[in-house]
Amino acid sequence: MSDVRIGVYVCHCGKNIGGVINPAKVAEHAGKLPNVVISRDYVYMCSSPGQLLIEEDIKKYNLNRVIVAACSPRMHEPTFQGVLKRAGLNPWLLQMVNVREHDTWVHENVPEKAEEKAKDLVAAAVARAAHLYEINTVRAPVVKSAVVIGGGIAGIRASLDLANAGIKVYLIEKKQSIGGKMAQLDKTFPTLDCSQCILTPLMVDVSRHPNIEIYAYSEVVDVSGSAGDFKVKVRLKPTYVDWSKCTGCGACVEKCPGRAPKEFDEGLGVRKAIYFEFPQAVPRRPVIDTEHCLWFTKGICKVCEKVCPVGAIDYKQVERYVELNVGAIVVAIGYELYDLSKLSEYGYGKFKNVISGLQLERLSSADGPTRGKILRPSDGKEPKTVGIVLCAGSRDENHVKYCCRFGCAAAIKHVYYIKHALPDAKVLVFYTDVRAFGKGYEEFYQKFRSEENVFFIRGRPAEIFEGRDGSLIFDVYDSNTNQLINVRADLVVLEGAVVPPKDWEPLRRILKVSCDPGGFALELHPKLRPFETTSDGIFLAGAIQGPKDIPDTVAHAAAAAASAIGFLAKGYVESVPYLAVVNEDLCSGCSLCVPICPYGAISVSEKEGKRVAKVDVIKCKGCGACAATCPSGAMQQNYFTDKQVLSEVVVLAGGAK
Amino acid sequence: MSDRVKVALYWCASCGGCEEAVVDLAEELIRLSNSLEIVFWPVAVDFKKSDVEAMPDSSIDISFINGGIRLTEHEEVVKLLRRKSKLVVAFGSCAHGGGVPGLANMYSRDEILRYAYIEAPTVINSEGALPKELSGGVGGELELPKVLKLLKPLDEVVDVDFYIPGCAPTPDVIKKSLETLLSGKLPPKGSVLGASSKSLCDECDLNKTKPEKILLKDIKRVHQVRLDLSKCYLSQGVICLGPVTRGGCGTLCVKGGMPCTGCFGPLDNVSDYGARALSFLASVIDYDDEVQAEKFIEEYIPDPVGWFYRYNLPKSLIKGRYQRQGGGVHG
Repeated sequence: MSDVRIGVYVCHCGKNIGGVINPAKVAEHAGKLPNVVISRDYVYMCSSPGQLLIEEDIKKYNLNRVIVAACSPRMHEPTFQGVLKRAGLNPWLLQMVNVREHDTWVHENVPEKAEEKAKDLVAAAVARAAHLYEINTVRAPVVKSAVVIGGGIAGIRASLDLANAGIKVYLIEKKQSIGGKMAQLDKTFPTLDCSQCILTPLMVDVSRHPNIEIYAYSEVVDVSGSAGDFKVKVRLKPTYVDWSKCTGCGACVEKCPGRAPKEFDEGLGVRKAIYFEFPQAVPRRPVIDTEHCLWFTKGICKVCEKVCPVGAIDYKQVERYVELNVGAIVVAIGYELYDLSKLSEYGYGKFKNVISGLQLERLSSADGPTRGKILRPSDGKEPKTVGIVLCAGSRDENHVKYCCRFGCAAAIKHVYYIKHALPDAKVLVFYTDVRAFGKGYEEFYQKFRSEENVFFIRGRPAEIFEGRDGSLIFDVYDSNTNQLINVRADLVVLEGAVVPPKDWEPLRRILKVSCDPGGFALELHPKLRPFETTSDGIFLAGAIQGPKDIPDTVAHAAAAAASAIGFLAKGYVESVPYLAVVNEDLCSGCSLCVPICPYGAISVSEKEGKRVAKVDVIKCKGCGACAATCPSGAMQQNYFTDKQVLSEVVVLAGGAK
Repeated sequence: MSDRVKVALYWCASCGGCEEAVVDLAEELIRLSNSLEIVFWPVAVDFKKSDVEAMPDSSIDISFINGGIRLTEHEEVVKLLRRKSKLVVAFGSCAHGGGVPGLANMYSRDEILRYAYIEAPTVINSEGALPKELSGGVGGELELPKVLKLLKPLDEVVDVDFYIPGCAPTPDVIKKSLETLLSGKLPPKGSVLGASSKSLCDECDLNKTKPEKILLKDIKRVHQVRLDLSKCYLSQGVICLGPVTRGGCGTLCVKGGMPCTGCFGPLDNVSDYGARALSFLASVIDYDDEVQAEKFIEEYIPDPVGWFYRYNLPKSLIKGRYQRQGGGVHG
């Protein structure tokens, strides 16, 4: 392709372009530029006669470069690439010039200048086109299996959807049971159905599904490979119980003399040193907590070993690692509550009767520490006045700027818990705004705000003080009535802010997924692609993408699964055309491109005694960071080489008109 | 005598190191004198400008010119040499990219003169006298060359055929360049002679000790650290400009315990050395957020121009500090 033969096509886009400048003049100007064989204008270049015009010209004039001056390449680049393909040309010999968004739309009131600009832009493209070359993409097969990280409701839903589509799923859960936060909830808003009742059947479905393998008490420690062919290294933490022998009878738990605060009850209850996370745990297998086990701490006891009917207790168990080969990864690790003790003015962690919303869920649960009775932690008495504080840490410059998206509805549900258990109690809800946006939420709000002895007060408590009897005293400025209210409450519930889990940051680095300012996983597009990431083959399900309530989490997880199924069903992954390419004759193996690559696509290896960089074509997403970093210019990006870009710049800077 | 290659050597704004580099050829110089005839070399041979003026055009085979163009006299002589020579070779960093004297482009001509002749603490000049173009002296009126507004690399004033890099070029690089020039098989015009087409890391013994990922939380200056001479200096937190710099010097500085400061200039595909060096440095800084990155720059890179444009500020896209009001006709 030594002889450059360019065809230039200027589109009117109806009046969008043609109503401001004269495309015929632009085409005429282009016709005088070097290497331009033919130039034309047409009213709608993207229409089928327009496309046919180009296609026939390519054949008739033996064109080997095509420039279309029309709209944004985001709009019609694929359209015109199709024209080149049909005419037997490589699609990357096309150069789009955006004379609509970049010109006529923004310079409508200065048409002469707009026309000059169009001529300049086309001239730059003509200079660039001479440096275009054929680009061919590469395909690689995908492994039809997936890892789902996190066994909460998002991970459960995603796993079931994937498995039902015939895809092998490995569900990785860091705790000993799947179920996540939803398993801790008493009821769900706005329908008030029992959380466990709707969740546990799904947990059982997961455990029985032939296509799902659960790795509980496990964590992902490394991911290598690339989209369609990941190698996921999983660490199986020692449980000190051989789960393959264990039947989940619970004899060990019953006889264990060790005691520890119960995590599942948010520290309000007590569990044994060998324990199930909760009675409906899936898998129902116990774990020894070595910090509280008498054998591990004092070298005595071994009761569990004695009572186990199947000899499953194994004090010498060590961690194990497995490597899973999968095509896709779904991240469903959910959220974590903000550390409420950081809100020092509310006294959480200092005053026993200041609790979190999740702790109230446990108090209200039939299997919770109080068997479903709402009693205040300090003395076990029924509270007569309960304060519920919304936005505890949320929408707060000093803590978390964003909204938790479920605190309001949860607070309304908590009003119900209290009024249902303690009909005479007075409930004061301190809100910033009540955001009851979901389906049925507004009705839910209206129902409970009008209940007797329920008061919604617009304001946040000032500092909370503890009285001698454990009651809580504080002032609230009510901005609706413009009054300062003095409150004495027996129990204060904080609807806390939501943050990404602590283990997200290390996992994020392993997966090479970007994060938003709040630290949550960054989606590929906030509106159009909210469950994909910038890393191909890695999908987001649920609150790790941002705070969500259960209905939104489930919808998001199902969409992530559908997206993953689509990705796996296609059967192959294709490299991007804008690949980074190393010129080995110039590369000195300095390695600077390696850490700059956000996709981990570059490695440096020895070749004929010299160190040179190598790009994994499937991992490379064509961001260009390495090409910008490369100190010697050895790394170039397809379709954006220095020569291509600079040739345009030179023309636009007036170097060679 | 007549079959010897006629060469001229000239110095502009330079330190004299390039002349020294020629002398450093030692025995090689004697051997070369059989094939070279020096027709002009003010530092060593007594020919005058008028001798050159008297020569027919294109009668000198090769002119080696070192130093940046700082004075009207430099412009005058290099234009003369260009006319009289078949080939003009920019010799050393200053002629190539402006060199260390090119850093003066961060100041205006007036600032430079005022500082050098009046403000410098070692100067006593109570009358505040500055050099004049014409001044009355003992032997009558004396004319001095004018100082240009900016220092320019050689190729901004005359057409340059080839470049020999280095501050100063090493004897090995000079020897290789001469061999190329005398071989009769000339590389494409504009080529850099005697050096590598790859960056310094390629020939550096320490490259194999460089980890795949270098991420720096701080930068150490050479005097602040006891360098392990067997490990890549970059990985020890010392900024070595080897990755951005053309190889060919044999890593002399690195072998001597100093990081590369970039005197061989950029590689063929790179148009602005300092910009590349900055983007390379950005890639090894281990800070994600902007505020910390800014602090890092403030603390560790107090003089980015001196660091990254040490040898080629006049040849860079920025050329020097932007000077609003001009003054003088040159530059």
